[in-house]
Amino acid sequence: MASLETLQQLVPQVRRDILRMVHQVNSGHPGGSLGCTEFFVTLYNHIMEYSSHFDMDGKNEDVFFLSNGHISPVFYSTLARSGFFPIEELTTFRKLDSRLQGHPTTHEGLPGVRIASGSLGQGMSVAIGAAETKKLNEDTNLVYSLHGDGELQEGQNWEAIMYAGAKGIDNLISTIDYNKQQIDGSTDDVLPLGDLRSKLEAFGWVVIDIEKGNDIKSIITGLDAAKAASGKQKPVAILLHTVMGNGVDFMMYTHAWHGKAPNDEQLTSGLAQNEETLGDY
Amino acid sequence: MGLKEYTFTEKIDTRSGFGVGLAELGDKNPDVVALCADLTGSLKMNAFKDAHPKRFFQIGIAEANMMGIAAGMTIGGKIPFTGTFANFSTGRVYDQIRQSIAYSHKNVKICASHAGITLGEDGATHQILEDIGLMKMLPGMTVINTCDFEQTRKATHAIAALHGPVYLRFGRPKMPNFTANLPFEIGKGIVLQEGTDVTLVATGHLVWEALEAAKILHQQGISAEVINIHTIKPLDDALILQSVKKTGAVVSCEEHNFLGGLGESIARVLATRLPKPQEFVATQDTFGESGTPAQLMQKYGLNAAAIVQKAQAVIYRKT
Repeated sequence: MASLETLQQLVPQVRRDILRMVHQVNSGHPGGSLGCTEFFVTLYNHIMEYSSHFDMDGKNEDVFFLSNGHISPVFYSTLARSGFFPIEELTTFRKLDSRLQGHPTTHEGLPGVRIASGSLGQGMSVAIGAAETKKLNEDTNLVYSLHGDGELQEGQNWEAIMYAGAKGIDNLISTIDYNKQQIDGSTDDVLPLGDLRSKLEAFGWVVIDIEKGNDIKSIITGLDAAKAASGKQKPVAILLHTVMGNGVDFMMYTHAWHGKAPNDEQLTSGLAQNEETLGDY
Repeated sequence: MGLKEYTFTEKIDTRSGFGVGLAELGDKNPDVVALCADLTGSLKMNAFKDAHPKRFFQIGIAEANMMGIAAGMTIGGKIPFTGTFANFSTGRVYDQIRQSIAYSHKNVKICASHAGITLGEDGATHQILEDIGLMKMLPGMTVINTCDFEQTRKATHAIAALHGPVYLRFGRPKMPNFTANLPFEIGKGIVLQEGTDVTLVATGHLVWEALEAAKILHQQGISAEVINIHTIKPLDDALILQSVKKTGAVVSCEEHNFLGGLGESIARVLATRLPKPQEFVATQDTFGESGTPAQLMQKYGLNAAAIVQKAQAVIYRKT
């Protein structure tokens, strides 16, 4: 379990990785990646229990599924800096013959990835399946998943939410990146999500808000509360209130950087705002 | 050359072969789990459910969720068998299969009943005639369409032993159960009749019709070779080429659209390796309709009479 200081060092370094990766290939999704950096760093370095040797089956360890696969930059950087594969491999992001495809996949055998995602709305079902298998295997470790808030517009999520509530999938902690932005604008403009807490509770879930979703201590408190709430016949949802583009001032509070890379000047500005704590790849 | 005699003691549906096979598998392999989207009785999954209630998952009417859960269940070593109608096993959930199962190379067995036009009276909403094409286009997907009870039972066992995604297609009508003494190996076609004038390559419910057609052709002095292709992908290219090299003409027989089906797969093999005349017994880019299975097979040209006609036509094209 990494110290708060270590987590605080990791965050700006992962942000630098994200910016440099998408800048290098002039494509990718920095906004959501930056908004979830503190969450990923904390989840992988303070919360989840897993083996240093990646095994697809993930027996007797915590497993994680990224449903909103477009935020692959933060996923890849976190995996690399948590020891799943060499940090230098981040240079191959979105390039030919890479294991770091635009959206995460098992196809090229990248350690740390257990399902392909990118076409939205599928990850919660997969996470439920893994949770069901853990129960059959009498494996008491947990399944974590992350979903975009706009992603909840996909109907399959609500099939999954209904199932998990009705069947008491209580070894599942699903986090919603509640940044209230999507490609075409704010979620309120595109298709309002309504009262997510009430909706999830109506489906039989325990709901925990992390109001400061870009604050490491708040994330730890919230995830610890989620773990404590698991194992009690109900699935657990976290509403992670984040700021899209967090940590790079010109990318914050807008949907504009959902899927757009910074230019050279913008990269310089973004990097200047995030200290190179652990060494760039 | 005399014809081999195929006998059967009863007519029984292919879906029942799946149900029996699945229950047998459940007894012998503790990793096998079954998922169903509110069609347990129609898929004949009750025996498995009763014997292994903890390994049976009632998903409700939510096929997309079922495919995702099945993909997730493989993580940790389970072998999920999903059960619903062919239409809801493919077209309804194509993207879930594509991303979470095929691209992710998950060990999921997609088991689909009520395929084709012979489900009958429910009509075109349920009569999928495009599913073979949809599934065979997915990289890494094995596609199997069985012809009778025994073949379906054996296929159910065989796919559990194969690591990777599989689409197993079967149906509702009661068909002669005649393959008890025949081997079943994924990817290996079966020569049911040897002949010299034309090759009839049949899959699924049209295999029995092809055998009946061969009898009629025999009476007309035409020697038809009958091959059962149960595994449409990977296709037994060698067996088909070997036969067509001898006969010089082929009729593909399937309960599916001629676009995207077994016939097109055979045409690809012949076009690149051994160009010879081919005729297609299949639906002609159309939806089905309500009716009895026999009426529909007659109207849409999917029976022994249609196969005979196409065989005569393709033999004429040889000269």
